[in-house]
Amino acid sequence: MSGAWTGWLAYAASFGVMVLIQGVACLGLNLQWGQTGLFNVGVAGFVAVGAYTSALLTSAAVDGRLGGYELPLVIGVVAAMAAGGLVSAAVGALTLRLRSDYLAIATFGIAVVVDLVARNAAGLTGGTLGISFIPRPFEALAERPLTFALATFALVAAVTLLAYLLLERLVASPWGRVLRAIREDERAAASLGKSAASYRLQAFTVGGALMGLAGALQAHTLGFISPENFAAAVTFQVWAMLVVGGTGNNRGVLLGALLVSALWSATGLATAAAFPPEEQARAAALRIVAIGVLLSATILWRPRGLLGERTAVSRHLDD
Amino acid sequence: MKAATDPVPPTAAAPAPILEAIRVSRRFGGLVAVDEVSLSIAAGEVVGLIGPNGAGKSTLFDVLAGERQPSAGQVLLRGRRVEREPAEARLAGGLGRTFQIPRPFGALSVLENVMLGAAHHPGERLWPNLFAPTRVAAAERAARARALEILAFLGLEALAKEPARVLSGGQRKLLELARVLMAEPAVVLLDEPAAGVHPTLMQTIVERLATLARGGLAVLLIEHHLGLIAELCARAVVMAEGRVLCVGTPAAVLADARVAEAYVGRPAA
Repeated sequence: MSGAWTGWLAYAASFGVMVLIQGVACLGLNLQWGQTGLFNVGVAGFVAVGAYTSALLTSAAVDGRLGGYELPLVIGVVAAMAAGGLVSAAVGALTLRLRSDYLAIATFGIAVVVDLVARNAAGLTGGTLGISFIPRPFEALAERPLTFALATFALVAAVTLLAYLLLERLVASPWGRVLRAIREDERAAASLGKSAASYRLQAFTVGGALMGLAGALQAHTLGFISPENFAAAVTFQVWAMLVVGGTGNNRGVLLGALLVSALWSATGLATAAAFPPEEQARAAALRIVAIGVLLSATILWRPRGLLGERTAVSRHLDD
Repeated sequence: MKAATDPVPPTAAAPAPILEAIRVSRRFGGLVAVDEVSLSIAAGEVVGLIGPNGAGKSTLFDVLAGERQPSAGQVLLRGRRVEREPAEARLAGGLGRTFQIPRPFGALSVLENVMLGAAHHPGERLWPNLFAPTRVAAAERAARARALEILAFLGLEALAKEPARVLSGGQRKLLELARVLMAEPAVVLLDEPAAGVHPTLMQTIVERLATLARGGLAVLLIEHHLGLIAELCARAVVMAEGRVLCVGTPAAVLADARVAEAYVGRPAA
């Protein structure tokens, strides 16, 4: 295989990894918003919690910073999910009784707090410099970029598939049906004996665990994290993926992740080609504009997203 | 359906009330919406709750159903005090309700709307879906069969797979009744089941409610359609300005001058 093809293939695999990681975070958001109607605009914060948790548990010790336990990656990833879930449960217990607009403000506030901690608690997070040398699952293959990229892609794809299947089982179940009912009319659901507070907390926690998983995957595929990885733009992108792909539809979520990431990468290549180096930083804003245009077009012409949600929920009713 | 096939035999002595309100009051600041109201309803009884707009009927329903707590008084469900319990707990105790303006889950199918009424469904808990899928599937099959049975009873079976948002106003009223029946309640509170309903469909509602009552279901209904009250109810409770004005047979209360005055006002001197 020629060097150019090898390079393109490695790029495609890395792009695929990025799509899938954002897709996992978006699956979590879909459970919260798409299924349950919980307006979480602090996605980046919950992803960051997972990323830092796994990084601290699995990376080598560094003077002046906590962590450095060099635990196996699997433990780091499971702990990241647990941390994402626990933080979500704690935040949810305090905020889920709020109306959707106030919940949005509260979750945005949580993301800001996480960002401030990441930037300033250098003894825990490495501060603005972040955490480097986070173990990657196929480090031994790093000398061969294509093999490394493909192996990483295969692993992330397997984890994403697992998360997707798990969520499909949950949302296409009587449990998922109750979430949809609460999303539509909490008062009517309560009159049928469903405790909205309990179900909303469950959905928020499971969604947060998935965001934590996305953070861990990001940390262990990049090998480096800093507060810049979890800027507010990440939340915006994940929301765009959800709206474009189809709120309430997990396949739509993954399709949305692919399309928005493709637009993000394509506009990156376009601005790199069209603008001189000194204008690159300003031109980067156009990439956000492009996603905004895609979002607006979707809302105008396909308000339910490319793949809308199904009327029937339970997979037991397919016959 | 349990209510239709397992009737409670009538008894000569006054049966124990299933639902009882004892001097229930509900205030909103200085406004007393419900003022020391007492009423009771026994198995198989259909009781009409009537009165002009603003009489406090819907607020009393909210208090009985657990959506609002009373400012004073007691609510007894099968002899147990429940006035501090939330709505979801009251359903488990055997009390169901419908709303004045139907509240279907529009994006869900008619069938799944009804299945949501199922009580103690293991699939509605998170973990059994992951670790006991066989048990969930069996419970879901049973719930589906029962929901279809209820839909057939109410004449909605042909619409089972349609999204609930396509139903007409009258069909939505029936769907709400179907959802509540799914929980096998002992008493239901129906808020204007005939409002805005086509006469043909209204007759269906009347017949089905009568059948359910013969099967032992206690029904307390708010209704402005006095013909329906006269046809269905053995007893009517009239409310005005938050208080019980009078209680009696529909014919007796409709002949009461105080009731006419509450509805249309005092004649000019």
